[in-house]
Amino acid sequence: MIFNIEVEISLKEGMLNPEAKTIENSLGLLGYKVENTDTINIITFQIEGENSAKVESEVDDMCQRLLCNPVIHNYEIRIKENN
Amino acid sequence: MKIGVIRFPGTNCDRDVYHAIELAGAEAEYIWWKDEKLTDYDGIVIPGGFSYGDYLRAGAIASITPVINGVKALVKEEKPVLGICNGAQILGEIGLVPGIFIRNEYPKFNCQSIKLKVESTRSPFTSFYKKGEIVSIPIAHAEGRFYSENMDLIHEQDQILFSFAEENPNGSIEKITGVCDESGLVCAMMPHPERASEKILGSDDGLKVFKGMINNI
Repeated sequence: MIFNIEVEISLKEGMLNPEAKTIENSLGLLGYKVENTDTINIITFQIEGENSAKVESEVDDMCQRLLCNPVIHNYEIRIKENN
Repeated sequence: MKIGVIRFPGTNCDRDVYHAIELAGAEAEYIWWKDEKLTDYDGIVIPGGFSYGDYLRAGAIASITPVINGVKALVKEEKPVLGICNGAQILGEIGLVPGIFIRNEYPKFNCQSIKLKVESTRSPFTSFYKKGEIVSIPIAHAEGRFYSENMDLIHEQDQILFSFAEENPNGSIEKITGVCDESGLVCAMMPHPERASEKILGSDDGLKVFKGMINNI
């Protein structure tokens, strides 16, 4: 069975996000006043697996070992069966 | 005595580091990232650059390459390992040092001469300095903000080797820019000692990092 995976990676609450701050300041230059700007990375891929639970455990492993740095990141895994 | 200089795709300070190791009095040899057997080397330097284009996070991809298995094996044998700039980011990603280096507080690439304070001389890499000495070693990075969740332990185990002596150019916790592992044999530093390894470069303060490393072997 093929699964479509989305891994959403964001900085933990309270972590400074200089990229988001720069975007917010730049929007200000265009006259837009915005607040609480954030940037979030989404990594998508397809993977073959027996069932959703097994795939989730494998993707969680990927997050811990490479895709995220658990010191500074939160991540959310979304799994959909590819029909 | 032979020091290995690791090359990843995107490493760009390898030749400078090679030169500095020779100046300090040891033989240097390049190591390709696919090499896993590093038993011929008495120590390792991971130079700066932009390994794998800094994709994902600076140092993240390099941290899972075959050569890193060899580095871990050498660490177990108590051989010295020095990570400079991108090399420091890689050691942070591996978890060999107690913290990581993330995007600068003000997100620009910061390349400048800067004064550092030697915080501890308990590691071979700082053994040729005096505690509290102010040295001039340049920085060149966009992701050098030191961050750790274990500051109490870092202080307790005397793991801070270098801090910025004056301004804090990247927002690092406590201006820290060089740390070591518990043993002192693994050092991760954002400043480039190889760029301050002879007078013609404006400073030779950095050469002592390599001399200290070699003297310990």
